[in-house]
Amino acid sequence: MTSSFRLPTGGRVDRSTELAFTFNGEALTGHRGDTLASALLANGVHQVATSVRLGRPRGIVAAGAEDPSALVQVEEPFPEPMLTATTVELHDGLVARGLPGQGRLADEPDPARYDAVHAHCDVLVVGAGPAGLTAALTAARAGARVVLVDEQREAGGSLLGAPERLDGAPALDWVAAAVDELTAHRDVRVLQRTTAFGHYDDGFVLALEKRTDHLGAQAPANRARQRVWRIRAGHVVVATGAHERPIVFAGNDRPGIMLAGAARTYLNRYAVLPGSEVVVFTSDDAAYAAAVEIADAGGHVAAVIEARAKAPAHWAEECARRGIEVRTGHVVTGTSGTDRVTRAHVAMLADGVVGPRTGIACDTLLVSGGWNPTVHLYSQARGRLRYDAALGAFVPGEEIDRASVAGSATGEFTLAGALRSGHDAARRALASAGLSTEGLPAEPELPVTDPEPPAQPTRVLWSVPDPDPDAGHGDQRFVDLQRDATVGDILRATGAGMRSVEHVKRYTTIGTAHDQGKTSGVIASGIVAEALGVDVGELGTTTFRPPYTPVAFAALAGRDRGVLHDPVRVTAVHDWHVMHGAEFENVGQWKRPWYYPQDGEDLETAVLRECAAARESVAMMDGSTLGKIDVQGPDAAELLDRLYTNLMSSLKVGSVRYGVMCGLDGMVIDDGTVIRVADDRFLVTTTTGNAAKILDWMEEWVQTEWPELRVHLASVTEQWATIPLVGPRSRDVLAAVAPDLDVSNDAFPFMTWRDTGVAGVPARVCRISFSGELAYEVNVPAWDALAVWEAIFAAGRQWGITPYGTETMHVLRAEKGYPIIGQETDGTVTPQDLGMAWVVSKKKDDFVGKRSFSRPENLRPDRKQLVGLLPVDGDVLLPEGGQVVEVDALSQPPVPMLGHVTSSYRSAALGRTFALALVRSGRERVGQTLYVPLEDELVPVTVTDSVLFDKEGSRRDG
Amino acid sequence: MTVDIVSRTVQDSARRSPLGTYAGQLAAVPKGVSIREVPFLTQLDLRVEPGGEAAAAAERVLGVALPTTACTAVSGVDGAEVLWLGPDEWLVVAPAGQDALEGDLRAAVGQQGAVVDVSAQRTTIAISGPRTADLLAHGCSLDLDPRVSPKGTCVQTLLALAGVVLVVRDEHAGDVWVLVRSSFARYLADWLLDACAEYEDDPSWR
Repeated sequence: MTSSFRLPTGGRVDRSTELAFTFNGEALTGHRGDTLASALLANGVHQVATSVRLGRPRGIVAAGAEDPSALVQVEEPFPEPMLTATTVELHDGLVARGLPGQGRLADEPDPARYDAVHAHCDVLVVGAGPAGLTAALTAARAGARVVLVDEQREAGGSLLGAPERLDGAPALDWVAAAVDELTAHRDVRVLQRTTAFGHYDDGFVLALEKRTDHLGAQAPANRARQRVWRIRAGHVVVATGAHERPIVFAGNDRPGIMLAGAARTYLNRYAVLPGSEVVVFTSDDAAYAAAVEIADAGGHVAAVIEARAKAPAHWAEECARRGIEVRTGHVVTGTSGTDRVTRAHVAMLADGVVGPRTGIACDTLLVSGGWNPTVHLYSQARGRLRYDAALGAFVPGEEIDRASVAGSATGEFTLAGALRSGHDAARRALASAGLSTEGLPAEPELPVTDPEPPAQPTRVLWSVPDPDPDAGHGDQRFVDLQRDATVGDILRATGAGMRSVEHVKRYTTIGTAHDQGKTSGVIASGIVAEALGVDVGELGTTTFRPPYTPVAFAALAGRDRGVLHDPVRVTAVHDWHVMHGAEFENVGQWKRPWYYPQDGEDLETAVLRECAAARESVAMMDGSTLGKIDVQGPDAAELLDRLYTNLMSSLKVGSVRYGVMCGLDGMVIDDGTVIRVADDRFLVTTTTGNAAKILDWMEEWVQTEWPELRVHLASVTEQWATIPLVGPRSRDVLAAVAPDLDVSNDAFPFMTWRDTGVAGVPARVCRISFSGELAYEVNVPAWDALAVWEAIFAAGRQWGITPYGTETMHVLRAEKGYPIIGQETDGTVTPQDLGMAWVVSKKKDDFVGKRSFSRPENLRPDRKQLVGLLPVDGDVLLPEGGQVVEVDALSQPPVPMLGHVTSSYRSAALGRTFALALVRSGRERVGQTLYVPLEDELVPVTVTDSVLFDKEGSRRDG
Repeated sequence: MTVDIVSRTVQDSARRSPLGTYAGQLAAVPKGVSIREVPFLTQLDLRVEPGGEAAAAAERVLGVALPTTACTAVSGVDGAEVLWLGPDEWLVVAPAGQDALEGDLRAAVGQQGAVVDVSAQRTTIAISGPRTADLLAHGCSLDLDPRVSPKGTCVQTLLALAGVVLVVRDEHAGDVWVLVRSSFARYLADWLLDACAEYEDDPSWR
């Protein structure tokens, strides 16, 4: 089976390199320049896999990304599923196997790097065939910034697969000169192995460059294996060529049955003879070249089965010269063979009636039903398609904004026409991008093509009737080979009443595989149109959507993986926390110290210790992540009066006030402190997670509703590091580091702030408390934070100062019933629900949310209200999110639910567990016993006031 | 506000810039670029109506007209640069230690605008060398070709996943400042170092 079908000369493969690879367990060799498919064919291997539903043998149909059949799983160098053998470049050590439809992802992390690069150009040309190269050359010569992307390993496009001549020499000489000229331009970037897979508005194109795949295990580890190019072009020239269209017939899926143009590519580009005994079945001129070239290369072409009544004269003559029989008016109606085609069944087809059949022995059957312009990128950018009845194909129907189509992608299939259209498209692109064409010669300097024989129109033939439909093997006229979907499946869909190709697609799954119907989509439209008796042009195609070819998620993720997946924000004191063993909690993008375990402590033990330190001596934390907004201007107080529920304009310079902001619906959206820096200046704080949102909220009001207010806002979140210093000994510690500050209660009372030096750094110290303890908040410029932190830590050592994290902060505030926005609240909670009616001003005429407080819904006595819950068993820790119910035994569902647990902790100060909860009519229920399900039990809890510790506030002043 | 200048027991040398610990790594990147932190620059957010009296007063302090063309920056006196951030917002960036500038500007604009010290809010990463634009193209969607983004271009954009202010400081896209929020600085430095890995053995980066 592995006899060599490689020709001794010719092609674009490097015979001096022998690459060893393994396919389906068999050791084989190929050359640099091969694809996996061409190397398999060179070894005489046509069957790649079996099909997904029916298990039928399947082979190589095409020579590019349109292949519907030759799916492989690469195992080495790294597992990657669902690749087409026709697009995998051969490399030494490649291990692959055919896939019956589904592959497997690696179960280990992909060690390769992937990245992305943004590129900008005046003209992006997609496709380096004759049209694309001409377009790129024209644009480059006019001085444009050009990017040329091409999916193959080398430029040339269709010229790689055909022995064309330009200027009397091999066309590839012209290609080489064109590439040399382009790469010499400073403003031209040529990207091979790069597939443009998405074309979006405004000249934005995504392309995937395969940079090191072809190097196999030799790929340098530091180089990105694949790169997503994000290209923004003034104008896009789509020169993506055309895909050959098969003709559907019974048994059209056997290995050895291949598109005629693909066979030419294997022959001319890879120097591989696709088989020994060849039959060609065509309704189009182009396939004759395959027959003639294969015969010239030593293959035996048994016959050309020409569906048209008459063969094109030039080609009939060429065939006759080589002794190739041309059977006009005939079609292939079926095939025989087990692992590979062995016989083509040929019959006359007249007026839709199949005549008596004869068999022709073959190991290769080449098929051509014409060509479909590769309109994917044009269509993705919302270009409308037009059906060209002469071609049996959909072609670009209009010029669209910032994109032109050139070459055979327009339905222009002659070489001279492609060159000319590439030039014309470039001129349109230059004009569209606003560039001068003055430097270009009046007449384009295009290479001279050999004369082309007169063309005979394609016969549009979607499928050949099955002469033997009742043979009991089911329909074998495969439209989508990958999905094992047949003409019969389409007819079942239309028989069920479907009239849209989109519906038929989803019903039959045609066009939904890895190839997205590149060879099957238009045929499916044609068969549906015939079945319904409608015009295929009216019926149209299914929608072309990105990506054009499959793109690995790893490539899309690029370098945004691992530690770079999302920015990790750290405070200025972060390294200290790390050095002191902190466990971290993610709060948005911030890493915040969660707790500082000592000597193998768990969370619970550490937090009890940290809480005790704060309540009994002194503790400190890093509160730098608090959102901070500078509010400045003569109307600053007025703005805050309108945004906070309480009055801020009465705040004295030097003082601090707690404030709550509500949305228009009267629901709490944020809280924080407001300090008055000057008559016309405030500093407000927000919760860590809401810093950006609240600044946006405030800006929106200032900019859109109250532009008359003379006030400006600025985020200073990261200007200031914030260090809460908490506990009965905090005053002593502060006094030690702030020698110029009178820390006495009279001189520096609760809810005031002072500017002073702390550890010699200009600092702003606020006397506020989120724990009920005597506490300060030291604010210093972020770059001084570590030094000040260390100074405070050193000064507090004699009192056993203890750093604490967010968990302890949560416990301390919960003991005092202080809510955390986003934990106790969920957008449906009013200040009154939180027991903070006092924070809603009754004096102010208006403020955001005020109107809603008089809504009947907001006044209902049975709203959910914040209360404390004390489990009767003080060792039981309630689950946060636990439901609160009234009954001690669960009845049949639905069980009326009174609310839920919002916070639940073990308290060192209380010597027991406790919780906060939102409970319907909660304040009326104080003293009642309610229940919270925990595992299989209902835990009894006593409802209490939300303030559980130091109700009198006796600890505030130390 | 007036923060009294008190006697410092913490020396200036005890200040820590966000990327102070990254200096060695940043210095070791392939030679196509040079990356270093420019720490402790004086940075002031200035808000005034363009063309008004307060703007004129601020301009007298800065020694240069506030740029009113979007996405541009100009140089003033004493090494100050004025970055356009919005129709009525500028970021004044001056050498480290120009503590008086905040007070001077506030006195100039009075009640007609706002001045906020944001010196520690962002740090500055200076990226220079012939491959600067190529490196930034990995994560910045803007066209840094000098014909499109000449010297004096100043944009607020994303570099990778971090919001930055990007200032082009020469005619060849070979000297760029990236001002980044302090908390994002390490992320961005890690990202830049990782981007450079691609070019460790690239001859055109030596």
